[in-house]
Amino acid sequence: MTINLKIWRQKNTADKGGFQEYKLNDVNEHMSFLEMLDVLNEHLIKEGKEPVEFDYDCREGICGSCNMVINGRAHGPKRLTAACQLHMRNYNDGDTIVIEPPRAAAFPVIKDLVVDRSAFDRIIGAGGYVSVRTGSAPEANLIPVEQETANTAFDYATCIGCGACVAACPNSSASLFTAAKLSHLNRLPQGKPERKKRTIAMVEQMEKEGFGDCSNYAECEAVCPVGISIASIAEMRKSYVKAVF
Amino acid sequence: MNLDSKVPSGPLEEKWSNYLRDIKLVSPNNKRKHKIIVVGTGLAGASAAASLAELGYNVETFCIQDSARRAHSIAAQGGINAAKNYQNDGDSVWRLFYDTIKGGDYRSREANVYRLAENSNNIIDQAVAQGVPFGREYGGLLDNRSFGGAQVSRTFYSRGQTGQQLLLGAYQAMMRMVDAGKIKDNPRHEMLDLVVVDGKARGIITRNLIDGTINRFEADAVVLCTGGYGNVFYLSTNAKNSNVTAAWRCHKRGAAFANPCFVQIHPTCIPVSGDYQSKLTLMSESLRNDGRVWVPRKKGDDRHPNDIPEEERFYYLEERYPSFGNLVPRDVASRNAKMVTDDGLGVGDTGLAVYLDFRDAIKRDGEDAIRARYGNLFDMYQNITDENPYKQPMKIFPAVHYTMGGLWVDYNLMSNIPGLFVAGEANFSDHGANRLGASALMQGLSDGYFIIPYTIGNYIADADLEEVSTEHKSFGEAASASQKQLDKLLSVKGDKTVIEFHRELGKIMWDSVGISRSKEGLENAIEKIRALREEFWQNVRVPGEANYYNKYLEFAARVADFFELAELMAIDALDRDESCGCHLRDEFQTEEGEALRNDEEYSFVSAWEYLGVNGKLETKLHKEDLEFEFVELKQRSYK
Repeated sequence: MTINLKIWRQKNTADKGGFQEYKLNDVNEHMSFLEMLDVLNEHLIKEGKEPVEFDYDCREGICGSCNMVINGRAHGPKRLTAACQLHMRNYNDGDTIVIEPPRAAAFPVIKDLVVDRSAFDRIIGAGGYVSVRTGSAPEANLIPVEQETANTAFDYATCIGCGACVAACPNSSASLFTAAKLSHLNRLPQGKPERKKRTIAMVEQMEKEGFGDCSNYAECEAVCPVGISIASIAEMRKSYVKAVF
Repeated sequence: MNLDSKVPSGPLEEKWSNYLRDIKLVSPNNKRKHKIIVVGTGLAGASAAASLAELGYNVETFCIQDSARRAHSIAAQGGINAAKNYQNDGDSVWRLFYDTIKGGDYRSREANVYRLAENSNNIIDQAVAQGVPFGREYGGLLDNRSFGGAQVSRTFYSRGQTGQQLLLGAYQAMMRMVDAGKIKDNPRHEMLDLVVVDGKARGIITRNLIDGTINRFEADAVVLCTGGYGNVFYLSTNAKNSNVTAAWRCHKRGAAFANPCFVQIHPTCIPVSGDYQSKLTLMSESLRNDGRVWVPRKKGDDRHPNDIPEEERFYYLEERYPSFGNLVPRDVASRNAKMVTDDGLGVGDTGLAVYLDFRDAIKRDGEDAIRARYGNLFDMYQNITDENPYKQPMKIFPAVHYTMGGLWVDYNLMSNIPGLFVAGEANFSDHGANRLGASALMQGLSDGYFIIPYTIGNYIADADLEEVSTEHKSFGEAASASQKQLDKLLSVKGDKTVIEFHRELGKIMWDSVGISRSKEGLENAIEKIRALREEFWQNVRVPGEANYYNKYLEFAARVADFFELAELMAIDALDRDESCGCHLRDEFQTEEGEALRNDEEYSFVSAWEYLGVNGKLETKLHKEDLEFEFVELKQRSYK
């Protein structure tokens, strides 16, 4: 099938950037979205032009690299699906698709669709861990965890750190990312001792990085490819208020 | 070349504890004077970096992704083994050791594997303490599941995302040390060369992938945790950025490359569907707990699978291996899939697929039970193939998954270049000729958390390390060699893209150095690899420039390394006149079509020394003889 593309091209962080249009005639419906971009790049290289840069790695929906905004929606039209797991059978012959980087002041564009998400690493570094030295852990079954608690902690722990939540939020808030980690660690017995310190440090780091506040739009939950619940944001606020006062 | 394995003497059970008793220590005051470079931040790299920094060393980490958290360890699904015997089903350190040695077809080092089994329990303790949310029973204690190649239930899991959760645990521990200032983290950097001064590894050359600058970093030791090289086949279950460059450049600086031909082909992947395809997706081995593998008995039977009656279905694994059935190890399952498709019994448009059928399990346990067990995998399958696996069997086929070969290391996980340590999939040491399920995560974390931190201390305490600056001539020479290679790639300006070359190379490798190999096929492949490599350097087209973000330039340099490695893999496969584990030579099979080992002549590790590339790869074989003091070598049988 034929697909018309409007893709954001930007040479580097300082460049202003703008959309470029491309027409691709040899799209197969079984291709993944990223394979379609690979095909576009093969054409561009053969024509002596510069290929479109985008981030990807596992192409199995788990590494979190491939976030891009497709027709205004982070990771594209399918719910609970990362861009790399989106397939061209979701589009029709002749469709126009607009592709942009996930935009936020805290995610500067490196080139084209590639952005710098290292702010997320600094939020984790501020407190997104349990302080346990290698070799000093007690026998694993000495820390029983209620099955339901373990399951809920797991649900929040599955965040892939792609930044779709930030891209979708009108305030560019990283609340869903930060809250998911807090909801994972704060509810486990292992994470309880550092709960207050962790909550304050991660929330404050998030602000320092230039992410906006949460205003309950819930767009983050709507686009999250792994279905992290905004209930975690309510938990984060409660923990923060309790920790500060 | 010195291949002293440095395995401690004494009884197997006491080797590691005796070693720990005798190692030299670096005092806390002195640790902060030493710097260690860790390349790669997957399970092995992140856990090693975190542990070394906690001890007080200054650590500098490098990875090619935009964050340490994205290493491909994150994609491991099924689980991690440990000998906790929580199930009370007779498991022990000895049994885990024995299963791993047998599963690897007796081509790994006894002492290393025993230590791996010993460390396995500490890994679970460590991960649980970090808050890794493993599956639990109602009583709040940890749950286990079973995996191929073992008859006990010893696999710990976090649904189908065990690798993700273990990696996040190690990554979080690492980021804690970054925040504390003990680790300097460098994402989006690729290691291009190793710097050797006075015979010791003293630093690396990297390329900053954002601005293209070539940079120099010095250290007292370098730890390589850069994963495997399955992407040499183009299509594999590896992440797209997984590559061999760091290890290969170390090989070119003198590090021996061991057992390069031992490549695991995983039996349950979604089959290849078209030329545009960029990678393959694994379906967890755990599916074979309930799925039944079959093909039609009749050639060319193109009826819908649901219309093929029971008596016309060939459940080939259950028929041939009654005691393990669908849970035979990966090499056996993959080989049998190839045999039936070679016989013309394959299904699907390409004929290169077999069915994995849940019909009987759904009839027995109900669709809800199957959904609870495998729901996310079924959804993933449906998303990729557009077919509903609850209503018709999945189509699966083997795909390249894990490389057991890698840089040669001794018991300290140090290569034959002093100061260069290699951990996780990047080394060769623990899996022999075939890796059992749920043992890769175990090895990465055992190496990173529990071995490297001790053995590096032992090295540093003993080594005579003079101060070296990045102005040293060895740094200059390595940096300009790296720059030259990139300039050369950009200057070819040919007609064929990097991806086209890589795809062609991959096809040669899959056809002749894949599930089974033959003398004639390998000789032929070597010729074809050489010719294609020549063409690559004459006719590759690399877009853009070197001084900014340029993914295709990265690819080009990696594919250049894959071309050289590919030849070594074929040479190694040709040299080994036997079949073992994932290395099947057509000429060496039992009458029943099982792999036929030759322990008399081939019970050794092949360690290759690089001599140069001049139209062809010049290389020299060194052998580390494997001695089996504690287990008896037997023909593996899963009948």
